[in-house]
Amino acid sequence: MSGLSIEHVSMRFDLPNGSSVQALEDVSLHLKEGELMSVLGPSGCGKTTLLNIVAGFLAPTDGRVVMNGEEVTGPKADRGMVFQQGALFEWMDVRANVSFGPRMKGQREAEWGEKVDHLLEVTGLADFKDKAIYELSGGMQQRVALARCLANDPDVILMDEPLGALDALTREKMQGLVLKLWKETGKTIILITHSVEEAILLGERLVVMAPRPGRIHKEYRLPYAEMGVGADLREIKHAKGYAETREEILEMIWNMEEEIMGRAEELQ
Amino acid sequence: MIGLALLAVYVGIFVVSYLVVRYFVHQSISGFTARKTVTFGDESAVTPNRIASVVSVVTIFLIWGSFTGSAWVPGFLHAPAPFVGETSFTYTLEAPDGQRDDATVFVHVLPFGEKPEKFTVPPGDGFAKDDAVAMTASRSVTILFDRNDEVKRKDGAHVVAIDGNPISPDTVVKTGIGRFALTDKGAISFQPPTGLQMEPIWLPPPESVVQRAVEIARDGYRDTTLWGHLGYSLFRVVVGFALGALVGIPLGYAMGLSNWFRGWFDPIVEFMRPVPPLALIPLVIIWFGIGETGKIILLFLASLWIMAIAARSGVSGVNISKVHAAYSLGASKAQIMRHVIMPNSLPEIFTGARVAMGVCWGTVVAAELVAATEGAGMMIMVASKFQLTDIVLMGIILIGVIGFGIDILMRKAEKILVPWKGRS
Repeated sequence: MSGLSIEHVSMRFDLPNGSSVQALEDVSLHLKEGELMSVLGPSGCGKTTLLNIVAGFLAPTDGRVVMNGEEVTGPKADRGMVFQQGALFEWMDVRANVSFGPRMKGQREAEWGEKVDHLLEVTGLADFKDKAIYELSGGMQQRVALARCLANDPDVILMDEPLGALDALTREKMQGLVLKLWKETGKTIILITHSVEEAILLGERLVVMAPRPGRIHKEYRLPYAEMGVGADLREIKHAKGYAETREEILEMIWNMEEEIMGRAEELQ
Repeated sequence: MIGLALLAVYVGIFVVSYLVVRYFVHQSISGFTARKTVTFGDESAVTPNRIASVVSVVTIFLIWGSFTGSAWVPGFLHAPAPFVGETSFTYTLEAPDGQRDDATVFVHVLPFGEKPEKFTVPPGDGFAKDDAVAMTASRSVTILFDRNDEVKRKDGAHVVAIDGNPISPDTVVKTGIGRFALTDKGAISFQPPTGLQMEPIWLPPPESVVQRAVEIARDGYRDTTLWGHLGYSLFRVVVGFALGALVGIPLGYAMGLSNWFRGWFDPIVEFMRPVPPLALIPLVIIWFGIGETGKIILLFLASLWIMAIAARSGVSGVNISKVHAAYSLGASKAQIMRHVIMPNSLPEIFTGARVAMGVCWGTVVAAELVAATEGAGMMIMVASKFQLTDIVLMGIILIGVIGFGIDILMRKAEKILVPWKGRS
């Protein structure tokens, strides 16, 4: 079976004071090859925990993740990860960062050079390939992170709020780039975000998670990602149904936040 | 008194030069700082005033030269010098029978460092005869004036006046040529004006330190050349530090990567860290003697803990995202060690290395002060025993300059090897 299956995954963290937190409860999802799924939810709903489990950095207390028919037991090159920031290697220049994966596999430059240069071209970094990481702006750094992940040719790309630290304008451009790369490469992508607009614009599938315990609250199938490829994303925001979907999800998350606040007040 | 005068002069130069620069020298602050209205409390707006640095260094040499009568400082800036040259005074001797007679004492006061040579003068007439005395500047001399007199002190003769000023065992006479007193047995104690300058034995003038440095650089000291002495100290530091880093860095990595290593070495490292290396000198000498082995082991111990702690915090300082990213890109543990953890810990290791080099340099000098047959510390220790203050000063200055040079080199290396430090 190809694709990525998350099967009845639960995660419980035991706290030092003897109590425990149910970060995830019985989460099941199946991603087909080439799907782009965005995950949205209020803080504390376990979306990053879920991503870390899929990446193999955490082992779930119950359930399992199956990747191309093989159970996930740890990180592997078939699941690439793009972090929010700080995950680039400052001691390497841009090109060395992007070619890190192939080089670790023992490939020679003759094998990876063309692919890496192409990715640098696509992400608009060709002129900066010899620059040091700390000389780049935040948006450029995230493009390096994307290119580095793609150069390793993973089956699934996991993105943990990759655009969260960028300013609004850069963010919009990067969203276009993510869509373009998704279409060009046909990769399966899971994108975690706390921006409702981003989740709607980029998510072919959109999963809204609810907190305490972290679980899937509602799932949408949306047309905007497909529409957005190569188009002006600001135009998409005027498309039919977009505003309604946005309002609905915002309302949903707003209510969850209210509930959390209410519970916190009760506890006091 | 001299101390207070020095302090007053120093503070005076500080204040006056500040006022002069502030009101008479136009200093333009360029760049962004010039537009800042808030500078008091903004540390980034404070840059060292270069004029102040130059004046500060010049002041130190000026005061040094002035209070040692240096030839490099113009004469009018010299502190009052002690009297040097020929002088004389007369004393009036009263015989037991009440008769008085005057006699003259001729005094040769020689500069510091010259040996007083006896000389003679014609005795003159009367029962009190003229005397000749040679002495060194700034000292006092007891003059046994009656050795050639016809009536001696033991016969009941005694001095009643100096240059016409009455004197008794209870009074002190100060005249233009010096200070006079009578000892318990009636001899004359004479001290010419001492001035405010220091004797070279306390503080030699700068030129004699330089001259001594040239001399030792040419002829060596205690069977070893100057470069030999400094080279020995540097050699010990470099070897001791290198061994400490060679063992300490892997140890720190192991402590940052393994529970067992962390648990095993934590108590040892945390115990040894606050023990100053100087406290280990006696033990090291007992165990290994005063040879090279002991010194290198001492410096090894001095740098080992610093480097281990630096490497450990370098590992724990790695952003976990970088490690996760590397695993997701398919790197093995060895590759993560080589390509992520080691380069990521370099800034911390360099900071540790700078501290360790400083500590090692201080420790090697201290160890050589205690016992050594060559080295910068040994040089100043031996020189101090012979009161060769110029060599001591030269040694201290060279030790300071070399320590400073080591730190500059380390900072340069850091800039070249770890350009991303503090910029991620």
